[in-house]
Amino acid sequence: MTIENPHVEKETQLWVGPQHPGVTGNMAIQVWLTGDTIQRGITHVGYLHRGFEKLMERRKFIQSFPIVCRICVPEPDTNEYLLAASIEELGGITIPEKAVWLRTLVLEMSRLASLVQQIGGGAGATGLGAVPNWTYTLRDYILDSFEELTGGRVYHMYMVYGGVRRDLPVGFAERMEATLRKIEERLPYIDKVTFQSSVWRERTQGVGLTDPAWVKEMGISGPAIRAMGFARDVRRDFPYLAYPELDFSVITSTGGDIYARMEIRRHEVVESIKIIRQVLQKMPKDGPVAAPIPNVFTWRIPTGQTYVRAEASRGEMGYYTVTDGSDKVRRVHVRGASYVHGFAMAERMFEGLNIADLHPTLVSIPTCPPEMER
Amino acid sequence: MSLKNALAPFGIWARALARPYTIPVEDIMRAPADRYRGWHTNDAEACIGCGSCSDICQNAAIDMVVNRDATKGDTGLRPMVDYGRCCWCALCVDVCPSGSLGLSSEYTWVDKDPEVFRYVPGVDKKPWDDDTKGWHGGEWDLINHDRVPMSMLPGETRGQTWAEVVLGYSEEEAQREAARCLECGICTAACPAHMHIPEYIGAIRDGNYEQAVNLIYETNPMPEMCGKVCTRRCEDVCAHAKQGEPVAIRWLKRFATERFDDLREVIKADVAPIGVGKRVAVIGGGPSGITVAYYLAIRGFEVNLYEALPTLGGATFFGIPKYRFPMPSLEKQVDMLRGAGVKLHVNSPVDAALFEELRSTHDAVFIGAGLMRGKAMRVEGEDAPGVVNALTFLLEHHLRNNTDSDKVSKEPVVLPGMKVAVVGGGNTAIDAARVSLRLGASEVVISYRRRKEDMPADWEEIEDAEHENIQIDVQAIPLRIEQTPDGRLDLIWGPAEMVADKPGARPKPVLVEGVENHLVVDRIIGAIGQGPNLRWLSPEAQGTIADKWGWIKVNEDGMTGMPGVFAGGDLVNETADAISAIADGLRVVQGIPRWLGLQ
Ligand SMILES: Cc1cc2nc3c(=O)[nH]c(=O)nc-3n(C[C@H](O)[C@H](O)[C@H](O)COP(=O)(O)OP(=O)(O)OC[C@H]3O[C@@H](n4cnc5c(N)ncnc54)[C@H](O)[C@@H]3O)c2cc1C
Ligand code: SF4
Ligand code: SF4
Repeated sequence: MTIENPHVEKETQLWVGPQHPGVTGNMAIQVWLTGDTIQRGITHVGYLHRGFEKLMERRKFIQSFPIVCRICVPEPDTNEYLLAASIEELGGITIPEKAVWLRTLVLEMSRLASLVQQIGGGAGATGLGAVPNWTYTLRDYILDSFEELTGGRVYHMYMVYGGVRRDLPVGFAERMEATLRKIEERLPYIDKVTFQSSVWRERTQGVGLTDPAWVKEMGISGPAIRAMGFARDVRRDFPYLAYPELDFSVITSTGGDIYARMEIRRHEVVESIKIIRQVLQKMPKDGPVAAPIPNVFTWRIPTGQTYVRAEASRGEMGYYTVTDGSDKVRRVHVRGASYVHGFAMAERMFEGLNIADLHPTLVSIPTCPPEMER
Repeated sequence: MSLKNALAPFGIWARALARPYTIPVEDIMRAPADRYRGWHTNDAEACIGCGSCSDICQNAAIDMVVNRDATKGDTGLRPMVDYGRCCWCALCVDVCPSGSLGLSSEYTWVDKDPEVFRYVPGVDKKPWDDDTKGWHGGEWDLINHDRVPMSMLPGETRGQTWAEVVLGYSEEEAQREAARCLECGICTAACPAHMHIPEYIGAIRDGNYEQAVNLIYETNPMPEMCGKVCTRRCEDVCAHAKQGEPVAIRWLKRFATERFDDLREVIKADVAPIGVGKRVAVIGGGPSGITVAYYLAIRGFEVNLYEALPTLGGATFFGIPKYRFPMPSLEKQVDMLRGAGVKLHVNSPVDAALFEELRSTHDAVFIGAGLMRGKAMRVEGEDAPGVVNALTFLLEHHLRNNTDSDKVSKEPVVLPGMKVAVVGGGNTAIDAARVSLRLGASEVVISYRRRKEDMPADWEEIEDAEHENIQIDVQAIPLRIEQTPDGRLDLIWGPAEMVADKPGARPKPVLVEGVENHLVVDRIIGAIGQGPNLRWLSPEAQGTIADKWGWIKVNEDGMTGMPGVFAGGDLVNETADAISAIADGLRVVQGIPRWLGLQ
């Protein structure tokens, strides 16, 4: 005799978000479930839209720096760099050697801060409270270094057209090194509760799968593409700043699941630390940190357009920038990795996912609503 | 699943014995980083209220609020920061041209009253006002305070030529210099004529030169003159001057007007013809008279201008030497007067009778007769042959060389090979010295009572003179002049000691008794100032409009004590420069229609 379970076939509709428990909640996902299995889901954004691209069209070039950093909270510097690099290209500004290295330093520091944060986020989304406690603290140590170097903890506004605003403070390298050691010291413990833990493996292996066929169609990048075995990294494929002079590996994995994507971050933390050490060692000791630029109140840039890209912790970020001879940009289109990951790709990944795996999946891709919504 | 993996998570129990991972509160309360960007500070005395901070703040967190009376170079406004908007980007600090604004390194500030989070830094006192840590100007500047250098004839050779010393900016240089302007407009208030400075500089930057000269002509009918010789009070207060070099406002004006050979084709005077049917007589063709004549003529007035000399320009013609303000530049501006329909009567000195006639045949009369009397040095022996007044010397020189006047001797006062002493420290002294040099003087010495920094002459003029190897003797008080047996002149002078005067005043030179120095020369030129000369008017008229020394007092419309008679320029204002004369003229351009009930 079979007992008819009236609930099995009945579809339940559920809104996940919008609230803001973490990086996944400030957008909303509407899912349809049977039991606890997601049948399909669609993403709803707009709760975080601040119109930054439009605001930039009404601002003098320099005034966009306090705006663009807010496009990505954990990794503002990529945005500062892309804005600076595109306007410098269109406006004919060359930055001094020292600025090249200082920019590389902050870009890698922000990747590192972001990577450790994402590892904590990924572990937290699977219910492991200890790891985010550790990694957020580690991130805070990196923010201490940011505070010392740039004057700001979360939003740095350190880059300007022509270079950066300040040189390294005395003793910076030693204090940075101490923080890097703290991170290295903690990694084995993170491994134990996550990558080496059979429970966590169970939760993450074979879950949240991506399909290599989507790569071309959707423009996937970052850990999401590298977790399918493609060695793609803007730092290597389209080298910028001091990256060509640095020794680092592009980490790949196979499996295309949560585990693979998180594992890549774990190894990239090590690469990032390696890069920061090299930068601090190889950076020129003297020289100006910024080149003079035209009067920021009246600077006009001839008609032109450019696309500039960089590797953020989430994948390729790019700014498509158009100038029209006036003192403001005509258009800036911000291409963030999360935009493709968080809409098109995520929606395809929802089907068949257990509701409990929704957040670990989103965090592992990752998606960053501030960056999607700009 | 391996046992190893199953046990792995328990590995972190090892940390149970480790020191707490959380940070002790003392550590959290650690001092902020040296360059942390916290709450604002402002040195309210050094701030000039330019508003650049407010302009750059893309969050509109800064309002400029009235804090004190405006003065030249200080709007009296101070920035008020609203921390409901501020994001601590410090762009305001990085653009602050005075370097007064900063961010302290203060992390936190807790208060129950939300209103306090909007305050005027430096005015509303805060515990962090004197914090030297944080983010402050001076360490690194977003703004370039260096001026595009001006090309000049080399100092060694230019003493032998009358050619213009300043060569002017190229188009690229002018645009680059114009692009430095912060558009704060603090200059406009300091300019006596309140010219539209940021606006015309902006037009030059954008290559809209027609627009630039039209903006310029709205308030100045002699811009090529001002573009070359103006005392440029605007540049003194330019925000860039606080930490660097002011925008070369004067050279930019010069650049704009020099772009056009004939300004008549370019200037579109767009004003209402309110004066049709009214007649105004102008006495004196200096800057003030030219201003009144031009702006009234374009408003439809019939204007008769009377000038005693064969050429217009006043002191800018007979005083200012041609290597600074050449004749073609002057003629260009006189052409504008002709174009506007002003009837020019040159070689027409007005006397008491003509003055009365002009009053009865015109609706209003303007006197811009300038300071035509050179002051005496009042030293013994001043009447010896070879001692001349600078004004006479320059007037004669310019009439001889630039007009067919028969009122001057054929022979210049200074002949080649002579040694010349000039007594005085103003622009006239420098001009007399540099003209003497160009007439062939073998040696020129300027002798001045005070220190070099006290010289009223323009610092650039002083530098230019020195580059031409003109010697400047300072703290030298002339005692008397004696003729030497071989027919030369001995300027006997005593050293001066500088003694503090009233607070705010320049120190006074006081003669050190008992020391006599000798400067033996061929010519002595006295350049210690000019005064009014109204003897061409009847004593009654003089008594009505002027004080006993001949200075004229006017009301806010520029009208004298004699109804319908207006005055302006050096006779009226104390500043005695061309742009103040033009400003006086502009006041009368408003005043005469008002007096005639035309507005
Ligand atoms: C040597 C020298 C150098 C100077 N350098 C500078 C400088 O670098 N920058 C600057 O800004 N200023 C300079 N000045 C001052 C500037 O030239 C004067 O402030 C300005 O010209 C005053 O203009 P005004 O209209 O009051 O009269 P003025 O320019 O003095 O003109 C008065 C005119 O009235 C005429 N006049 C007088 N009486 C009669 C009459 N009864 N009938 C008809 N016409 C009469 C005179 O002939 C004269 O042409 C200089 C002055 C001198 C003397
Ligand atoms: S920019 Fe500086 S000088 Fe100008 S108003 Fe602001 S604080 Fe004052
Ligand atoms: S720090 Fe930035 S946001 Fe704050 S007042 Fe200054 S410019 Fe505006």
